Amino acid sequence: MADLLPEHPDFLWHNPEPKSSYDAVIVGGGGHGLATAYYLAKNHGMTNIAILEKGWLAGGNMARNTTIIRSNYLWDESAAIYEQALKLWEILPEELEYDFLFSQRGVMNLAHTLGDVRESVRRVGANKLNGVDAEWLDPKQVKELCPILNINDNIRYPVMGATYQPRAGIAKHDHVAWAFARKCDELGVDIIQNCEVTGFVKDGNRVVGVKTNRGTINTGKVGLCAAGHSSVLAEMAGFRLPIQSHPLQALVSELHEPVHPTVVMSNHVHVYVSQAHKGELVMGAGVDSYNGYGQRGSFHVIEHQMAAAVELFPIFARAHVLRTWGGIVDTTLDASPIVGNTPVENMFVNCGWGTGGFKGTPAAGLTFAHNIATGAPHRLNKPFALERFETGALIDEHGAAAVAH
Amino acid sequence: MLLISCPNCGSRDETEFHYGGQAHVAYPENPHELTDREWAEFLFYRDNTKGSFAERWLHSTGCRQWFNMLRDTVTYDIQAVYPMGTPRPDAAGQRTADTGTASTAADSTTTGSAAPDISGTSTSATSISSTPAPEGATK
Repeated sequence: MADLLPEHPDFLWHNPEPKSSYDAVIVGGGGHGLATAYYLAKNHGMTNIAILEKGWLAGGNMARNTTIIRSNYLWDESAAIYEQALKLWEILPEELEYDFLFSQRGVMNLAHTLGDVRESVRRVGANKLNGVDAEWLDPKQVKELCPILNINDNIRYPVMGATYQPRAGIAKHDHVAWAFARKCDELGVDIIQNCEVTGFVKDGNRVVGVKTNRGTINTGKVGLCAAGHSSVLAEMAGFRLPIQSHPLQALVSELHEPVHPTVVMSNHVHVYVSQAHKGELVMGAGVDSYNGYGQRGSFHVIEHQMAAAVELFPIFARAHVLRTWGGIVDTTLDASPIVGNTPVENMFVNCGWGTGGFKGTPAAGLTFAHNIATGAPHRLNKPFALERFETGALIDEHGAAAVAH
Repeated sequence: MLLISCPNCGSRDETEFHYGGQAHVAYPENPHELTDREWAEFLFYRDNTKGSFAERWLHSTGCRQWFNMLRDTVTYDIQAVYPMGTPRPDAAGQRTADTGTASTAADSTTTGSAAPDISGTSTSATSISSTPAPEGATK
């Protein structure tokens, strides 16, 4: 499979010095920041903008996720924004002129209990009503689609069926970031790496500048796309976010011949597995329980997901863990993102995507760019405003979003 | 894996414990007087400190007692373990702890201020306020 990989790209973007002033500044050079800048430039003509990245481009969660893309969420608001994302994923390789190996190999969400089955069948119905492709599979159909899965009933939690979204899949995350970065650069966006935001300049309640380790930059608007560090930035700006940052770990095996044709996720025994183009088995599961900014977690979490993986895929017992790593995910109480205005004028926030932000990248960019450019939310991100925690209009995807959060 | 010194049982593996989130969060004295904003603060907003963080842990497979812990959320170093109902100890370089009174684990009375000031303490609201740490998953 390795011969399918594109050549490692050369220089796809410049590394300009920060200018003294921009029309808008995006804090965070991950997937969401890049997508936001791309749509600001492309859809709203804002090209005098900068992305500030404290480390290297796409070196945070964009480099650490397990690259799963799907839109089979239960609630209307979620289905709408994630399905928009999926539709964008389908056209972006052509639009960005970059084949980032978006592979619509389908995603299967296993059901192991009667409760799982009921939730799953209900979600399939909800998905269909929202125009999201979804099917319910019985164990035999599960086995046909993914022959290495153990569907015997002699395990603790036998597979009782699965939901299946054929249009879902995986993409190569680094290439997605590079694809957006190259287009941003072409459109005139300044991508500034090694530029850490240390504070904000405010005029009354209006943000007018960003303090960085490379000087102060004046700006009309600020968009925060900092995932696990959103709370830190918000505190600098003088407001709070209902976010808790947790370590989330993932791992890969050594390279194997293709054995896993789709993506399998299990809430109940809790692991999700796909096989990368290069051949590694890519796995992830739950966050570490404690708050953490350390980009690492505890080993028992890895051990637990390995146990789940081996039970579901007995042949994995012969595979080895090659690498494990952690990212910092920004979780909310309703497991839905926060995209919209903040209490600070001209400052906008895109955060709270928690454990599943990669799949939302294009829609986050599209809606957040709209919100920044016009000052008002796009119809798709309107329900995801910060105010929902006051109004009570939560979008409670806990246990509803085809994944255990 | 964290090695946590339970005040009752001594050093045990993290797997024996259950995380309880931010410590010293007071149940509002007069919940019915809160505005929606204040109620939201109490229900949904918790400190998300990068650095020294006062948090609650339950030794669920040991003595089954709650206690507080001061832990650095970047290095994960445990800086102090102290009983529920006592103020947060000082940690070098950090803002001093709230001096708010703290209730004991078994005490359901509230001693915080009426406003959803997060500096008081209570465990009476555990079931509502302790955002059970999400069993998250990337997807």
